Amino acid sequence: MKNTDLIKLPFSKNNPILVQVLGVCSCLAVTAQLKPAFVMAISVTVVVALANLIISLMRNTIPPRIRIIVQLVVVSTLVVLVDQVLKAYVYDVSKQLSVFVGLIITNCIVMGRLEAFAMVQKPWPSLLDGIGNGLGYSVILIVLGAVRELFGSGSLWGFPVMEKLGLYRIGYENNGLMIMPPMALILVGLIIWWHRSKNKELCEQ
Amino acid sequence: MEYINIFIKSIFVDNMIFAFFLGMCSYLAVSKTVKTSAGLGVAVTFVLLITVPINYLVNKYFLEPGALTWISPSLADVDLSFLSLIMFIAVIAAIVQMVEMIVEKFSPSLYNSLGIFLPLIAVNCAVMSGSLFMQERGYANIGEATVFALGSGIGWLLAIVAIAAIREKLRYSHIPPALRGVGITFIITGLMGLAFMSFMGFKL
Repeated sequence: MKNTDLIKLPFSKNNPILVQVLGVCSCLAVTAQLKPAFVMAISVTVVVALANLIISLMRNTIPPRIRIIVQLVVVSTLVVLVDQVLKAYVYDVSKQLSVFVGLIITNCIVMGRLEAFAMVQKPWPSLLDGIGNGLGYSVILIVLGAVRELFGSGSLWGFPVMEKLGLYRIGYENNGLMIMPPMALILVGLIIWWHRSKNKELCEQ
Repeated sequence: MEYINIFIKSIFVDNMIFAFFLGMCSYLAVSKTVKTSAGLGVAVTFVLLITVPINYLVNKYFLEPGALTWISPSLADVDLSFLSLIMFIAVIAAIVQMVEMIVEKFSPSLYNSLGIFLPLIAVNCAVMSGSLFMQERGYANIGEATVFALGSGIGWLLAIVAIAAIREKLRYSHIPPALRGVGITFIITGLMGLAFMSFMGFKL
């Protein structure tokens, strides 16, 4: 596989959420607003990329029987670092994300990429694969966050778009359902539907 | 009364799947037949039931600010809570490994029917978040934490068995090809989540 494909494929043909269906938990829970979704996307990308790199460097010395524990220790060290950085610089967002930063440890994208890619590949492709998958995940998170915040609370990144456009005066109402958790699932379902009707080869029988 | 309240609340109101979307990966991957999903649900409940009380003790006697006073009063202002992620995941991974070995030794038939799911429970977000929610919500004693773990596990079991039963029936319906499989499962889970929202604010 070419190095550029490692970055490109996760955006569409091999998207972690739409195609591999990994890391869904956090993607749904943090996307009620754009800002936490964005912070989460960055954090996951950093963790996946670095974890892939570190595990790939260590791959020949890890005994297969205890590899899951080794992977978990590496990932959780990285997540603790990310958690502390978030608490120091964006405390309000880190409060909003609550347990979901910690849950990056058990985010299936991280473990999935480590098992499927980093354990058998060289460090440089592994780093690229981690960045690619992190970005593919980020795209979905940011789209979901933007749609849900725009239609659910009428703002983007806290900026009151709908109010500035004057839509409330002509009788526009926010769709309260959008910020409810179940709507995230339905939106992802619709995105998968659209994505698969564009890429027929991904359809299930 | 407090116990019953926590129990009911963690099954229905704070359902791991429908309110927080935790453990979605295995929920989506394994929910093809009722039988395997019930097996996984029981295993997750069991692991939650063991790990949450242990992590409660770990949190109370090692991690909380001032938790180390039982060693010496001079440690009263030591705060190790930044270590909680690593400690919790280490406890979970160790317990899952132990459960796997015990089940393999004493009940090979159960071991074979659970197969790969057993080790994968270590990275099921529902298990990890059980411990994290326990820490965040600050349950008063180990009994409450245990009841919370049992309720969350049963809630997860309920959700995965329900979706598996629906997916078994879905095989006979005409779904647009692009929506088959994962897509329709997402939408149905969303609709079930809406139904579960009617429990919100429920109190005994």
